[in-house]
Amino acid sequence: MIATQPDAGGHFGPYGGRYVPEVLMSPLEELQHTYEEARLDPAFHAELDQLLHTYAGRPTPLYYAKRLSETLGGAKLYIKREDLLHTGAHKINNCIGQALLARRMGKKRIIAETGAGQHGVATATVCALFGLDCTVYMGEEDMRRQRLNVFRMRLLGAKVEPVTNGSRTLKDAISEAMRDWVTNVSNTHYLLGSALGAHPYPAMVRDFHRVIGVEARQQILEVEGKLPDAVIACVGGGSNAIGIFHPFIEDDGVRLIGVEAGGRGPGLGQHAARFEGGSPGVLQGTRSYLLQDEDGQISLTHSVSAGLDYASVGPEHALLHDLCRAEYGSCNDTDAIAAAVTLSRTEGIIPALESAHAVAEAIRIAPAHPGQTFIVNLSGRGDKDIDIYRENLPELDAK
Amino acid sequence: MTRIGQLFQRLKAENRCGMIAYLTAGDPTPDATPGLVAALERGGADLIELGVPFSDPIADGPVIQLAGERALKAGTTLARVLEIAREIRKTSEVPLLLFTYLNPALRYGFERLAHDAKAAGIDGCLLTDASVEEAGEYVSQMRAAGLDTVFLAAPTSTEARLKLVAQYSSGFVYMVSRTGITGEQQNISDSAMPLVERMRAHTDLPLAMGFGISKPEHVAAFVGKVEAVVVGSAIVRQIERDPSGVEQFMRELTQPLGKTSGGAIS
Repeated sequence: MIATQPDAGGHFGPYGGRYVPEVLMSPLEELQHTYEEARLDPAFHAELDQLLHTYAGRPTPLYYAKRLSETLGGAKLYIKREDLLHTGAHKINNCIGQALLARRMGKKRIIAETGAGQHGVATATVCALFGLDCTVYMGEEDMRRQRLNVFRMRLLGAKVEPVTNGSRTLKDAISEAMRDWVTNVSNTHYLLGSALGAHPYPAMVRDFHRVIGVEARQQILEVEGKLPDAVIACVGGGSNAIGIFHPFIEDDGVRLIGVEAGGRGPGLGQHAARFEGGSPGVLQGTRSYLLQDEDGQISLTHSVSAGLDYASVGPEHALLHDLCRAEYGSCNDTDAIAAAVTLSRTEGIIPALESAHAVAEAIRIAPAHPGQTFIVNLSGRGDKDIDIYRENLPELDAK
Repeated sequence: MTRIGQLFQRLKAENRCGMIAYLTAGDPTPDATPGLVAALERGGADLIELGVPFSDPIADGPVIQLAGERALKAGTTLARVLEIAREIRKTSEVPLLLFTYLNPALRYGFERLAHDAKAAGIDGCLLTDASVEEAGEYVSQMRAAGLDTVFLAAPTSTEARLKLVAQYSSGFVYMVSRTGITGEQQNISDSAMPLVERMRAHTDLPLAMGFGISKPEHVAAFVGKVEAVVVGSAIVRQIERDPSGVEQFMRELTQPLGKTSGGAIS
């Protein structure tokens, strides 16, 4: 059986752990302690559940995509509608949880990183809700790609700090947030947005997103009377994927399929497919698969989707990969955009570019599996990506 | 005993506080580094930290980040830094400490690194993001090769953590004067001296104070309090501004230590 909790040091097999400068070790111990206490506190769960229900909009529907399934003529596709949550993506689950922890620790200032801007918006949202000071670090390149989300964060009262070093994307935003945290650790909580980073983040963020899988499992049992044959999710840092995968890990018959960003192709620097082109290493607090060169320098990555454009992946995914409990494939930019068009036109649902990668994989494999049922995690909605869709679909943008 | 251990014995005998100078190896080019190290030594540096550039330096401020970018662009790798060390060893016995992040060392391989670093004349290693909890394999490989392993102690460290830092460190313990990243600052943090007192309760190892030390008056404040001070970003900035002024700059910083020129005794 696969261990579904890390060891005391936050290790998932050889992955995970806590690799940070000494200044951050005690704050991480404090966070872990606070989280462990909160986990056992019914009042914490009551407040979290109440907010997830009345504020975020849980439970989200599990929707049978009938027209898409019939068009493909294979497996029945169910869509877990995380895109319908407040702020438009699954990220809010974790943000509410961590904001409650920040309050427990008496920290009045929140910092976060964001790639696509979804985590930044969700963070800015909970900070407005809880009356916390909010600073979001975002790569300059991502700010350009996701202008709408930058404005949303500012409208919510957050400061958006452009990050101009390195590739000016998610990785650099995380580094900058860590530097801020090192400097302001006494009054600041780092609200990390994926199942990444040093212990306890990977397990804690996963736990806050497990609700996705818990609901989906119950919902599919209610409607189909059996477990799904596969659960499919996109994997950037991997928070939506681990959230929906985790409650199915011990269900041996359920395939868990993670989809990474294949970008423009297989060359180093052209994609963010860590399991295809990477190897184990340590980045930003955790040990996992990394895209790196032979000297251990971290590679640049590319994906049309800012939220998948990252050189490493959550450590629990690394373990699930090595144990062959989850399968990881990739989908390139072109196929992701094509899948977004297909979903929009068959179901009237415009997906986030990140989630479109999972949809693309479902579209690819469904025809070969008639009689099976798949759940696709639709982690976010596509409104934020309209500019990118427009750039890539010029034929729809008649003058 | 490494050259680091010998240095601190000598400093004790001379009743003198030592100067540790950091520079990013390969900035502006790998070929320039041995000459800059020689200038630092002439200016009074007792120990040199050779920074190995890493693409994602989470503990460093803008000055050292940019130096790392320049060094990487100039083709600097860990293997190349070991060549630089070999070059330095042709003319100098100054203690050399490799200073970098875990991933380049992990990729190189701890056993291979320990062997090659020792052969190149390196005396010890500090990996900024290797917490003591994760450092077992690294420490045993380095020690087996006869190299020192230096760890950081921070104002946020609990007593239990300071004890672990003491256990895993050899050569000296690197005291982080404040919660923050590397970089110059106007004044010495109030958290520096209490940390020294707390650390002394856990170890007899020499203590070196770093982070934010950039002026002679900062250096003067630590004389008699710690066994050595570390200057990093200020030197890197001087190299960026005018490499020919490095020796003089170092001399001014070492003035309060009562040492006007030097170089380690061979």
